[in-house]
Amino acid sequence: MSLLELRELNKHFGGLHVTNGVNLTLEPGEIHCLIGPNGAGKSTLFRLILGEHHPGSGDILFAGENITALKSFARIHRGLSVKFQVPGVFKGLSVRQNLEIALQSRHRGAGLEAEIGRLLTFLGLESEQTQTAGNLSHGQKQWLEIGMAISLKPRLLLLDEPTAGMSPEETHMTGEMVQRLNADGMTVLAIEHDMAFVRQVARRVTVLHLGQVFAQGSIEEIVANERVAAIYLGQAHA
Amino acid sequence: MTGLVSFFRRLEGPQTVGRGPAFWSLFAVVLAAALAYPLFSDGYTVGNTVYFFVWVFIALSLCVIWGYGGSLSFGQTAFFGIAGYGYGVLTLNFGSAYGFTLVALVAAVAIAALFAVLLGYFMFFGRIAGVFLGIVTLAVTLMLERFMAQTAGPEWHIGSARLNGFNGMSAMPPLTIPWPGEPIVLFADVGLYYLVLGLLVLVYLALRILMNSSFGNVIVAIRENPERAEMLGYDIRKYQLITFVIGAALAGLSGVLYTVWGQYITPSSMSMTAAALPLIWVAVGGRSDLTSTVIGTLVVLAAFQALTIYGSQYALVFMGVLLVLTVLIAPNGLVLGVMNWLGRLATRFTQKAG
Repeated sequence: MSLLELRELNKHFGGLHVTNGVNLTLEPGEIHCLIGPNGAGKSTLFRLILGEHHPGSGDILFAGENITALKSFARIHRGLSVKFQVPGVFKGLSVRQNLEIALQSRHRGAGLEAEIGRLLTFLGLESEQTQTAGNLSHGQKQWLEIGMAISLKPRLLLLDEPTAGMSPEETHMTGEMVQRLNADGMTVLAIEHDMAFVRQVARRVTVLHLGQVFAQGSIEEIVANERVAAIYLGQAHA
Repeated sequence: MTGLVSFFRRLEGPQTVGRGPAFWSLFAVVLAAALAYPLFSDGYTVGNTVYFFVWVFIALSLCVIWGYGGSLSFGQTAFFGIAGYGYGVLTLNFGSAYGFTLVALVAAVAIAALFAVLLGYFMFFGRIAGVFLGIVTLAVTLMLERFMAQTAGPEWHIGSARLNGFNGMSAMPPLTIPWPGEPIVLFADVGLYYLVLGLLVLVYLALRILMNSSFGNVIVAIRENPERAEMLGYDIRKYQLITFVIGAALAGLSGVLYTVWGQYITPSSMSMTAAALPLIWVAVGGRSDLTSTVIGTLVVLAAFQALTIYGSQYALVFMGVLLVLTVLIAPNGLVLGVMNWLGRLATRFTQKAG
């Protein structure tokens, strides 16, 4: 059974058709990247999957269950988790408290302390744990939020531009982080512009354009696809 | 001993300023002074102090909803009024025998909380947030004020309790504790003082425990970033509603104690001015911290009363100026700013000494 299945998903904002009959299937254990020019509807697709937007028509199936009508928090309980495009950390709270809030519903007491410590090490944020999250560098905020997202032990992790604003070294480290999570059995769907990151992690790539699935395949196939190159240069209709 | 240690640990955490033996020793000294104070004062002054304490509960209610929860409720006075009128209606109908005034106190607070469940359900489950929440809550309290103000006619009564329009209700019995022999009547002096002081300490400590618990964590998480909190699997509407109801109950407690203290309640307790003043106390003190809210409220209230005595026409203007200054100089609150500064100073001092 596939882990996530989007069937003929449609979303309109007034006259704007932002998601246009999208079909997408994710198998358990894969790392799937979603690329496409600005305004292709990538983030909207994430919001549909998370229940922040509701589709005009179409279905969202998660592990075989139709979750189209579920509230966001209930989808999280089913095993979804997300890192937003703009890092959504709790800016006024310490790094440690951010992780505590993410972890406290699954762990208590000494177990909670141990889990926070383990995550801080995984994220490389041990020395920043008492800092206010709002004072972290952009890359560290991204990592902290990834840490909060994975603390829920999700079956499917959604990453919206996890490496935006990161240096090439940080991007590579993030790629390794994602690969380690995947090796532990986490399925990942990532929106990403950085092709180095996509090459590093993705097994399958879907190109979204004007709200539709434009192309799909391995990274080599996508790179070799002239029509994909054309839409990035704004010549899709040429 | 370990029980005591773990109790103190639950009182402390990142959500409240003040920790460690130094803070709790100071707390004990202040409490001892408050307990001894009626011995060195007269009944009238003690009664006046009770009046100050009564307002601290509504200030704490705003601190919880607004400071910790991030939802600006402009209508805490609605719950204040509902509970105040509730106590009046209950006791004027059923009297004060058999400790009924205590039952009425609890029932009046419960009525205010129930009203908050209804109002809060529509607001939070209808996803009303930000400035709109302030507008809705303010509208509700002003509507209640208007409604109560036009109940002057004899047709407006609940049982034997006349609502009395703009003049409000009066002559409700004071709190009475049943006692073998003679029941203890808590008039607005020393008796009521100890009851209100006890409630204040209890509420303050309970809120410290609540705000430093995992529930408090979620509340501040919603303030910081509601979307992220929901995407960690929390049903934020439920948490917001519970916080709102706790706040309403505290505002209601304030209303009942006010009614008991003065033995009257009028519609103007839900007016625009009444609704705005608690916002100023809490903002000036430091809305995101319980201790700062308590200290700020008492200081501002004392200053306000002194001003009303010596230059009544300027007192409200001064309150406005104080709010503007706070927003400009210390947006997180003046008292909280000073406390944080003292904390940093103490840390530097101990580092030097060590």
